[in-house]
Amino acid sequence: MLNYVLSRLLTFIPTFIGVTLISFSFIRALPGDPIVVMAGERGLTDERYAELSAQFGFDRPIYVQFWEYLTGVLQGDLGTSFVTKRPVWDEFFALFPATLELSVCAMIFAVVLGLPAGVIAAVNRGKLFDRALMSTALVGYSMPIFWWALLLIIVFSGNLGWTPVSGRISLMYYFPDATGFMLIDSLASGQKGAFASAVQHLLLPTIVLGTIPLAVIARQTRSAMLEVLGEDYIRTARAKGMSPGRINGVHALRNAMIPVITVIGLSVGTLLAGAILTETIFSWPGIGKWMVDSIFRRDYPVVQGGLLLIAVMVMVVNLTVDMLYGVINPKIRKR
Amino acid sequence: MSLKHVLTTSLLMAALGGAASAQSLVYCSEGSPEGFDPALYTAGTTFDASSHPIFDHLTEFKVGTTEVLPGLAESWEVSEDGKTVTFNLRKGVKFHSNDQFTPTRDFNADDVIFTFDRQGNPENPYNSVSGGTFEYFASMSMPELVESIEKVDDYTVVFHLTRPEAPFLANMAMDFASIQSKEYADAMMEAGTPEMLNQAPIGTGPFTFQAYQKDAVIRYLRNDEYFGDKAKVESLIFAITPDASVRYQKVQAGECHIMAYPNPADVQAMKDDENIVVMEQEGLNVGYLAYNTLVPPFDNAKVRKALNMAIDKQSIIDVVFQGSGQIAKNPIPPTMWSYNDAIEDDAYDPEAAKAMLAEEGVENLSMKIWAMPVQRPYNPNARRMAELMQADMAKVGVDVEIVSYEWGEYLERSKDKDRDGAVLLGWTGDNGDPDNFLAVLLGCDGVGAANRAQWCNEEFDAKLQEAKVLSDQAARAKLYEEAQVIFKEQAPWATIAHSVVYMPMRPEVEGYVVHPLGGHIFNQVGLKQ
Repeated sequence: MLNYVLSRLLTFIPTFIGVTLISFSFIRALPGDPIVVMAGERGLTDERYAELSAQFGFDRPIYVQFWEYLTGVLQGDLGTSFVTKRPVWDEFFALFPATLELSVCAMIFAVVLGLPAGVIAAVNRGKLFDRALMSTALVGYSMPIFWWALLLIIVFSGNLGWTPVSGRISLMYYFPDATGFMLIDSLASGQKGAFASAVQHLLLPTIVLGTIPLAVIARQTRSAMLEVLGEDYIRTARAKGMSPGRINGVHALRNAMIPVITVIGLSVGTLLAGAILTETIFSWPGIGKWMVDSIFRRDYPVVQGGLLLIAVMVMVVNLTVDMLYGVINPKIRKR
Repeated sequence: MSLKHVLTTSLLMAALGGAASAQSLVYCSEGSPEGFDPALYTAGTTFDASSHPIFDHLTEFKVGTTEVLPGLAESWEVSEDGKTVTFNLRKGVKFHSNDQFTPTRDFNADDVIFTFDRQGNPENPYNSVSGGTFEYFASMSMPELVESIEKVDDYTVVFHLTRPEAPFLANMAMDFASIQSKEYADAMMEAGTPEMLNQAPIGTGPFTFQAYQKDAVIRYLRNDEYFGDKAKVESLIFAITPDASVRYQKVQAGECHIMAYPNPADVQAMKDDENIVVMEQEGLNVGYLAYNTLVPPFDNAKVRKALNMAIDKQSIIDVVFQGSGQIAKNPIPPTMWSYNDAIEDDAYDPEAAKAMLAEEGVENLSMKIWAMPVQRPYNPNARRMAELMQADMAKVGVDVEIVSYEWGEYLERSKDKDRDGAVLLGWTGDNGDPDNFLAVLLGCDGVGAANRAQWCNEEFDAKLQEAKVLSDQAARAKLYEEAQVIFKEQAPWATIAHSVVYMPMRPEVEGYVVHPLGGHIFNQVGLKQ
């Protein structure tokens, strides 16, 4: 197992360098000079332009800039935002807990509903429940996040008044950030109603962000289960008189989990992409919106640093998924 | 902790929470500030969160007008030659305090000198803090204009200028001129955390900064030691809400009292909603189409005039602005002093336009119209606007090709003197002075730069130069009015629209005034019980 993990870790290095290079060149390949964009209609003189260029380091050859960036990254320095003048690292860690909290909740929502739904659909293949569920999943998968979010806000916050429109907690509560995770902080603050308010605020964004993964997981679980249910050992188990619950829940589901876990791992990328829209609509202070703003402002250090950190995170999740395969299926780790 | 203790604490918290919320004004803002040191930035969103609530300026704009009033300077004298401005500072003004800093003295001349010295003097240790570029200071020509700043005594400061400059007093009311505490700056420099000036601002303004969570919320408390009229609410909260539809929902649900920038398409529904009051005013901006007056046939004023007559501006207001705009006839907006209302706009008349073009021997003209790739208050949809113009021009036999570039490229390329085509662009005022529109956008100095029409008219320019050095506002206004007449005759631009700014708010909000300079100011705003 150790060898397996190490060999997987080794593949990190080329991927990491690749991501650094891509994130560095990607933002520079976009047309638009950050200094000109910053000056806007007001414009600036040639001398001023040269001064700012020197200050941001744009006057040096591109490979020198890349080398400095790379050595900076290896020393844990991601640079300073052109716009807010704050270190990229600080900004990321101030915002990331919000994205993580929302993504974890969305993932739990998707798995907790998606897995059983997929299993039930597979067991009842071709029946009404199966068809209804799979059509709903298709709708969920195809739904534009933006529209879905506004619809939920208008119905649940606007018309029914059950949930707050946006934000992470009611503005009535104020306590300093301890962990950055609102559920934990609100509980720790000891203020009455703060935790409930944080949960209420999480509901709609969780549903919105979890909808696509939920649909994907449900469909994937169903097809994986169907495949497994057709295997000989399941027939044998049935012949032995084992209870259907035990057959489906233990023997079939465990073997169906490999493709499902792959999909869950891949959904992390989708979640981060979905977070961009979800965060904008629900005024959720996470990294999705931060990245988009930075791309529009051509804030090179933030885009580079943010992309790199997100890529590393996706890599870590995929590594975890690979290791989970080993846990679930001993054949893989022995290979 | 005993159960009783828990209960008492939570009851107390609930009571406090309730009381606080009753006295809190919640403003749904459109985005996060870049920081809290106004001199470092140029965005209105940043100024709303920093310059207006936290800081004061030597002079102030009277809220709702572009009139300049005393601020931290109680009074001022301008010398005969206009090159020396003496400010008499207000006494007994207290700076805010926070966890790291408690002021030991009142505001004085050292603070004024520090505020400007750090922006213009590369030797000042704060010049390079937080990657300072001081864009506004530079773009208002302060480095060339201010020769030196002299402290006469603790409450008298003299600015020596290199030339007389009438808009200087208005510049002092601008956001970049927010007065910082030198004592705080020194203390933070000593503590090794000079960037705190930008993160935990200390000013003299009506609100003190309490806390900021990026992309989520900014909190302010009332400054009870404020020298002027104290704020009406105990606390001010900015709930950062980037999506306009969501801001609308939040006002409806009572989660915020006031919101910025509604979708034009929602305004009518808001006006019909009894839970929402919509205030409106023309913005201090102008959207225009600038011909390249150096390139034939656009070097002929009659051709430009004819093309202006071919554009149906009312349709543009209806379609592009969805009603939230007003036809522009002058290059300056109607809320600005010296606006010449006697001028008549070129009437929309395709037949006459066609005849005029024929008279000038212009046939089968084909031209380019540049459409900006970004949304601006003065032009919410440049592409759509260009398409409407294309259709209008086709009616007078002019073939239009629409081009566009990425925003940075667009700004750069449109400056080119050989540019092929007319450019859609606009401007939002900085200091409410007509010079800030006319000289910047149409002066001879701006050719090849901000003067996108590449238009240099000696008579027009002479009037601007003369007006700039006069200190008598009535005399200046007369010159600007005359300049607008020349502009209209020469038609270097097709003036298109001034946007209308809408501010939706809950009915319990009282005292809000839409500020023509675009900022959102809350000192005078209260909530009906």
